[in-house]
Amino acid sequence: MGSVIEAIELTKRYGRTTAVDGLSFTVKPGLVTGFLGPNGAGKSTTLRMILGLNTPTAGTVTVDGRPFRDRPRGLRHVGALLDASEVHGGRSARAHLMALARSNRIPRRRVDEVLEEVGLANVARRRVGGYSLGMRQRLGIAAALLGDPPVLLFDEPLNGLDPEGVLWVRGLFHRMAAEGRTVFVSSHLMTEMEHTADHLIVIGRGRLIAAEPLAEFAARGTRASVNVRTSDPAALTAVLTAEGASVQREDDGSCTVTGLDAARIGELAFAHGVVVHELATRGSSLEEAFMQLTAGNADHVTEESR
Amino acid sequence: MTVTEPKARFRDLLAAEWTKLWSLRSTYGVLVTGALVVLGICGNSARSNSDLIDNSGDPASQAAFLDPFHAAFVPDAFLILVILAGSVGAIAVFGEYTSGLIRTTFAAVPARRAVVAAKVTVVAAVMTVFGALVAGASFGLTQAIYAEHGIGRSIGAPGALRAVAASALLAPVCALVGMALGALVRNAAGSVVGVVGVLALLPNLFRGETYRWVKEIGNAMPQSAWEALVRNPAKPPFVPDKYPVTLTEGWIVLVAWPLAAALLAMWVVHRRDV
Repeated sequence: MGSVIEAIELTKRYGRTTAVDGLSFTVKPGLVTGFLGPNGAGKSTTLRMILGLNTPTAGTVTVDGRPFRDRPRGLRHVGALLDASEVHGGRSARAHLMALARSNRIPRRRVDEVLEEVGLANVARRRVGGYSLGMRQRLGIAAALLGDPPVLLFDEPLNGLDPEGVLWVRGLFHRMAAEGRTVFVSSHLMTEMEHTADHLIVIGRGRLIAAEPLAEFAARGTRASVNVRTSDPAALTAVLTAEGASVQREDDGSCTVTGLDAARIGELAFAHGVVVHELATRGSSLEEAFMQLTAGNADHVTEESR
Repeated sequence: MTVTEPKARFRDLLAAEWTKLWSLRSTYGVLVTGALVVLGICGNSARSNSDLIDNSGDPASQAAFLDPFHAAFVPDAFLILVILAGSVGAIAVFGEYTSGLIRTTFAAVPARRAVVAAKVTVVAAVMTVFGALVAGASFGLTQAIYAEHGIGRSIGAPGALRAVAASALLAPVCALVGMALGALVRNAAGSVVGVVGVLALLPNLFRGETYRWVKEIGNAMPQSAWEALVRNPAKPPFVPDKYPVTLTEGWIVLVAWPLAAALLAMWVVHRRDV
């Protein structure tokens, strides 16, 4: 059994603003858990409370049964990347990692290993100030991996990464989870989580909205719709409605069909001799599920406090 | 996954802070520049006084009139050292806050007071060595310049070692005060203004001997303690102070300030969210 992150009635208030409001959840090992919510939902504040950087106003959060702040050294317990800019620009990547490694009694060769792993080995002696955002993300990930910890926390780790970097990070998360680690990744974009997370914790305005496997979450979404362009909308509508689908005419002349998938619509159109110009499955149902759930929970007035 | 972990040691934190300090180019730049500025001012003072003696109608009495300690410890030169040392301390702390590195640091080492203690120890040690080198070099340089007029003193002269030691200590004392200010204010401009305000301006608000309490507050400032400790016992002031800083008081001030500063820094860093 690996390390579990457990939050119980976690609350954080800044003056009159409640950033996190009675949040309870469990993050289990062996899975990539997505931590999803609109900007300002309290994700960063929650992650900081897990790491003991911010003290909860009420409630508790533990990692492997203990508040993180009670541990004298942290890197072997939790590896975290909160914000890739949180390094001193005047230091080289190697010096930055070396200082962290020394503080936790991690051998020097581990620094070279993680630099190699994230692909920064050949620029490790350059000052971080000259790094791109993507390189800084890689450096932050290297720091998180230093202690080979059973728990990994990442706050918006895909920001600033190129498509290749995104694939690499996803592969890394899945590998870490497959090794039995607890991987907790925040994002405000459902599309990012779709191919990354196995399990989701969704919050809005500091409150829990959903905590369930990705598949269940997806099932909550509206049924997938298919956009069809045809030379004879009336005929197609008749055919598809007869099969139980609902068809809606759009302003641009196309039809939005729900209740049948693209393949079946194509077959029916062919069978009835209706010419089809375009068939496109529209929108991610996950994205819609997320938008529906968090509607009214987006908070653009109070930014996530730093 | 079970975590096997070696025992947490304070010296690992010292090593980490040491690495952090010396992996920034600014550390070398600030210290070397500071040393050269102080030595330049003090050396120039001794040279100018030498010229004054040479050009005087009565070189012997002019030389006897001069206090050879003064050029070694020119107050303005050491005021620059005070501000520089305070800034070095402040940068060591606010540098982590302004970059956000502090969150990385405390996620790696949740024992925050130990981190601050390690940082204080490393900065104090480095600044003590720096202060000793600058003060020793300034004394040696100026007294060597004076030697041609026969008024240069050796380190064995009464009060000489004390003056060098107090000047050496001034650097770590001010650096620690700077660290406390950095921890309180947590941004660059505010911390440096704090350093100048507390270490350079504050003592000037409590001068004059009309009111004893005013003078006594002034006496408790590091700068006043330093002035008392670098005074040449062979050259007492023409008008004695009514409420002077005694030598014992001077040493107490130079120990109490950094201790209080270190405790304050540990306390605020431990208590606040980062």
